[in-house]
Amino acid sequence: MSGPFRLPSGGLIDRGRTLRFTFDGRAFAGHPGDTLASALLAGGVRLMGRSFKYHRPRGPLSAGSEEPNALVTLRSGARAEPNTRATVAEIYDGLQATSQNRWPSLRFDLMAVNDLIHPFLAAGFYYKTFMWPARFWERLYEPLIRRAAGLGRLSGEADPDGYDKGFRHCDLLVIGAGPAGLMAALTAGRAGARVILADEDFLPGGRLNAERLEVADMPGADWAAAVVAELAALPNLRLMPRTTVIGAFDHGIYGAVERVADHLPEPPPGRPRQVLWRIYARRAVLAAGATERPIAFPGNDRPGVMLAGAMRAYANRWAVAAGRRVALFVNNEDGLRTAADLAERGVEVVAVIDARPEGARLPGLRHLRGAEVVATAGRLGLRSVTLRHSDGRRETIAADALGVSGGWNPNLQLTVHHRGRPRWDEAIAAFVPGPGGPPGLAAAGAAAGLMSTHGALASGRARALEALADLGIAARAADLPRAEDAPVSLRPVWHVAGARGRAWIDQQNDVTVKDIALAHAENFTGAEHLKRYTTLGMATDQGRTGNVIGLAVMAGLTGRSIAETGTTAARPPYTPVAIGALAGRSRGKAFRPVRLTPSHRWAEEQGAVFVEAGLWLRTQYIPRPGETHWRQSVDREVLATRASVGICDVSTLGKIDIQGADAGAFLDRVYANTFSTLPVGRCRYGIMLREDGIVFDDGTTARLAEDEWVMTTTTANAVAVFRHLEFCRQCLWPALDVQLISTTEAWAQYSVAGPNARRLLERIVDQDISDAAFPYMAAGRVTVCGGLRARLFRISFSGELAYEIAVPARYGDGLIRALVEAGRDFDAVVYGTEALGVLRVEKGHVAGGELNGQMTALNMGLGRMVSRKKDAIGVVLSGREGLTDPGGHRLVGVRPVDPSAGLTAGSHLLEPGAAKVAENDLGWLTSKVYSPHLGHDIALAYLRGGEARIGSRMRAVNLLAGTETEVEITSPHFIDPQGERLRG
Amino acid sequence: MRYSIWNVLAQGLTGHRGWKPVWRDPAPQADYDIVIVGGGGHGLATAYYLAREFGARRIAVLEKGWLGGGNVGRNTTIIRSNYLLPGNEPFYEFSMKLWEGLEQELNYNAMVSQRGIINLFHTDAQRDAFVRRGNAMILHGADAELLDREGVRRLYPFLDFDNARFPIKGALMQRRGGTARHDAVAWGYARAADALGVDLIQNCEVTGMRIEAGRIRGLETTRGRIGARKVGVAVAGWSSRVMAMAGLRLPIESHVLQAFVTEGLKPFIDGVMTFGAGHFYVSQSDKGGLVFGGDIDGYNSYAQRGNLPVIEDVAEGGMALIPALGRARLLRSWGGVMDMSMDGSPIIDRTPVEGLYLNAGWCYGGFKATPASGFCFAHLIARDAPHPTAAAYRLDRFRRGLMIDEKGQGATPNLH
Repeated sequence: MSGPFRLPSGGLIDRGRTLRFTFDGRAFAGHPGDTLASALLAGGVRLMGRSFKYHRPRGPLSAGSEEPNALVTLRSGARAEPNTRATVAEIYDGLQATSQNRWPSLRFDLMAVNDLIHPFLAAGFYYKTFMWPARFWERLYEPLIRRAAGLGRLSGEADPDGYDKGFRHCDLLVIGAGPAGLMAALTAGRAGARVILADEDFLPGGRLNAERLEVADMPGADWAAAVVAELAALPNLRLMPRTTVIGAFDHGIYGAVERVADHLPEPPPGRPRQVLWRIYARRAVLAAGATERPIAFPGNDRPGVMLAGAMRAYANRWAVAAGRRVALFVNNEDGLRTAADLAERGVEVVAVIDARPEGARLPGLRHLRGAEVVATAGRLGLRSVTLRHSDGRRETIAADALGVSGGWNPNLQLTVHHRGRPRWDEAIAAFVPGPGGPPGLAAAGAAAGLMSTHGALASGRARALEALADLGIAARAADLPRAEDAPVSLRPVWHVAGARGRAWIDQQNDVTVKDIALAHAENFTGAEHLKRYTTLGMATDQGRTGNVIGLAVMAGLTGRSIAETGTTAARPPYTPVAIGALAGRSRGKAFRPVRLTPSHRWAEEQGAVFVEAGLWLRTQYIPRPGETHWRQSVDREVLATRASVGICDVSTLGKIDIQGADAGAFLDRVYANTFSTLPVGRCRYGIMLREDGIVFDDGTTARLAEDEWVMTTTTANAVAVFRHLEFCRQCLWPALDVQLISTTEAWAQYSVAGPNARRLLERIVDQDISDAAFPYMAAGRVTVCGGLRARLFRISFSGELAYEIAVPARYGDGLIRALVEAGRDFDAVVYGTEALGVLRVEKGHVAGGELNGQMTALNMGLGRMVSRKKDAIGVVLSGREGLTDPGGHRLVGVRPVDPSAGLTAGSHLLEPGAAKVAENDLGWLTSKVYSPHLGHDIALAYLRGGEARIGSRMRAVNLLAGTETEVEITSPHFIDPQGERLRG
Repeated sequence: MRYSIWNVLAQGLTGHRGWKPVWRDPAPQADYDIVIVGGGGHGLATAYYLAREFGARRIAVLEKGWLGGGNVGRNTTIIRSNYLLPGNEPFYEFSMKLWEGLEQELNYNAMVSQRGIINLFHTDAQRDAFVRRGNAMILHGADAELLDREGVRRLYPFLDFDNARFPIKGALMQRRGGTARHDAVAWGYARAADALGVDLIQNCEVTGMRIEAGRIRGLETTRGRIGARKVGVAVAGWSSRVMAMAGLRLPIESHVLQAFVTEGLKPFIDGVMTFGAGHFYVSQSDKGGLVFGGDIDGYNSYAQRGNLPVIEDVAEGGMALIPALGRARLLRSWGGVMDMSMDGSPIIDRTPVEGLYLNAGWCYGGFKATPASGFCFAHLIARDAPHPTAAAYRLDRFRRGLMIDEKGQGATPNLH
């Protein structure tokens, strides 16, 4: 038998198989169907954890996901999983569990000294001290607090398991597979509706698995199994065990996490550990049941004190006795079932302490009416219970387990995810779903406050029928199986008054009745203030067992009702979710897609170094044998381009085909300069402003035919510009005859630049591209390599005679090889983004560092491009006073006075001798490169009153590095300012 | 009563029977000199500084819910002054200096903790922009350092240095940045304001404004009519709705921002860090929860809840940066309504209604601004002139072209 506390028979466990596991290194055994908590209890272990603040010894309070105490670290190494609830963790052969938040051991925890000094650690004490001296907070107090805080520990290693995501759709989502959920699923499933039935447990059936109640004249668990078998055979119903619905989001979308492999040592190859499902449900039934709540009395937190319903579940479902001598403390009828079930199973029930004075007594048991528990004893586990009889007499009873039932709270969390407010139901003394829940979601069974099995079955069927009628799906009401319909009969007892000692409310965070009283005394009386001041309900269980008790105690102190005191809002997720599941596959290299350029394979063959440019990987530079420093490669690429010819893949630039009779007018409205007058076969450089007058993007747009244009954008803004144009077209000017399509991926485009560019291209292009036939800023359709359709643009970013040649993307690899081959005689180089940057800074073209979304055309020295002859987006607002300051920033060039001195982009520009303070800050270096042509660093900069300062000397100051360099302000055009080369 | 270790010890020995309410719950008076609408961080700080620094009296703060229930109770608690632009940096540095003396001044431990913030960069262009920003910070009297990849690795060896889609190349660090216990900031200001005689009136929603001849006279509230010579509105998230009662339309859109916290964990992340290749920022609270966030949900809304796409996007950013996060569990998410302004910067200004002042448009950066926002708003209300560090936060800056656009996104509020 798997442990001294395992009952000889019964339980929904497979006694034929034994699973071995360890807890803190000690070996234990259990069976399939066991949770870690049930198996440990069977093995005689009650002590499973330590509380957060006082490090009190703790055992399981519950048998479900509401567990505040029995938290362990499951597995080890990179798979270590802190704060795992032992009450829901399925055991497997070889499982390793470790206790946490204790030192050196769970039984002997030195941090429990906090419990001895607890009078000084009351709620919020830290707000009142640790303030002197100020600098001691970061150095002394806080490090001590941080070290003591927290529960389990992250491994720090990368999570080795995979996660996945998926979408599912259904007519009816049923959340919870207890009696209400099963009945709802059965009703909708038989009607042919598409149904998803999700349950957080690995065994569907809900409380029916934990009870000896009969449904349809058979054991409830058997009825549940029979229904599940019928449901599993329905093709229109999907049963999802081990799946927690974590949140109700907008538009009928529910998030759900399926634990695919948490019950296995590790996920099988190719399988994820967990899957995040987005379930699109037309209607949903919340049948999530209810959570039992304890009663606050002194010493109610010792291992061995647990919820009566949990104690019953351990006995019935797992065949585990919570103790040898069990006492019960209840205030409602349901708690008595535990006494009856335990007695039936041969467990000694030493006393049933019933807070209700009136009513019948359980036969054959010591059922004490009007009595309350006032104390307990036992350091690492319960030894005795002291009760106060109705006549005030005290009695101490030896007991090693105490089951407590203070009533049940509906699991209504999902109904408030849309900020609806629950309603207080006096009859069951609990909050029930109120108005304002997510549209399409209805609660059934205990989640709706209907606490009997009959109530659950009937309401599950009713909610399903209503949903089906709503959806127009014909359904027949299935017969309701016979089941108990006992009244709750509860007398609210939140805490035992007149008893000395600390009575716990939030067991994990160590919030006691006294803390609530302190919050009251200090006027933190509202539900939110109470929570935030005392940390009530902020632990890993989000207060599922403690919140209502805390509110009730506060209500008692203020004299307000519990309804007036209100509740805090439940927020997603319903139970904590591994971040890995939320991220799915988007991690590591797969965090975001990788976009490769058409020349990527060729460049890889050449040993190119690549660099991230947004989602793109671009060639940064291509080292040649013997080059040991990136600068050698880049300098060579730059010099060779200016000396002869260089080729660069510019396919990443955004490309937008614009067609229609009004395309020219459209371009006039989106570009600050005029395009409609551009002749066919020509292209023009354009700048595009945002609505607020700031430069948005630049690029060249060519007119290929009367009503056909092709626009290029910067790589960075390709998506944003296309989105902007579509907004303009569809929303601002729907009457214009203009169509857009993004063709960025459709064309491979190469820049060919340098004095020999034309000669190289003449070997590729089939048509005449002489300067006369294809002058500067010409554009048009050509064919290459004997007939392949292509587009040719005579434009230059480098300042050299240059072209951009585009072919359909599938020929991109072929074209780069053809270009390189054709360039062999000219010692052509292929250059990457580094050389591209050098060439454009030498020429003074703006790019990323200058196009920063904060600067106007005037700032960039492009003010004359903003046409006043027509209106365009941003033109009017670009004329506002704040953007037209004559002394404002202007684009300039910067060179070090001492050519051997280096420049740093981001350095700020100050006058010689000026103090290094913000008032003297006149500008900054936007982009810096080493110009092999000039033999020193050069930079572009924005400088106040820049034009007037050309020729003057300033200081480029980099306070981060503690450096400053004397610089000369120059024109931003370092090379060929007259533009003779590009017209060559 | 004054808080101290001796007080805590004495009360501990005597059963905590001597603690007094941290604030009164006064009934509203018929009229006040100054009424602040909004009992969040900014409103409470404003009331405190009005009474403390500017000698104002007969002040009330009206709060429709509970004190500190605005975005001060719903944020990722980060404090920093690592701004770029001259309109912003002096203000945030002023705020940082106020944070640094706040607890002693308020006699309340708000756990202001300068454990450092790093902004990671992943490209040369980002580095250049951070160098520009770091220099601007130092020129404005703040602190900044540039860390290289190894410098980052020394601080946080568990970041994804080896398998990242966007490699970490370094970071801009502000050591004086960090976090503060957000609720305690509200409570500390509330307690101190109350002690100076400010009436903090909870569950009092403003339903109308009494404006006569272009001048504010008072407010209609759910607790009756309250007269006021001056009214300051600091109701981030609801600014547009409240100011509509004065007939004003604001250059603000309302958006949902979600934030997240994990279960309590032993110390893992000491300071604050932001990911530069996605939108993700994270720190660890003194209780052990990893507190993190990312982008706003992106659509206009007053619903204080968010949706899965952003939850997933934020988790993806987290996993991309810290692959060990996979087995940490998200405990709770929450959504708050943000005043997203047209340039991403706030507004502290007079309005066309005489005696009515506006403090709004904090986007999702309002928490760190709390002390300076309160100080500068109090300065404006008391003296009818802007505080020098907040002089750029004018309502007319959009008309005049004097935007303060840190991110360079233009008049697209959901991109700031």
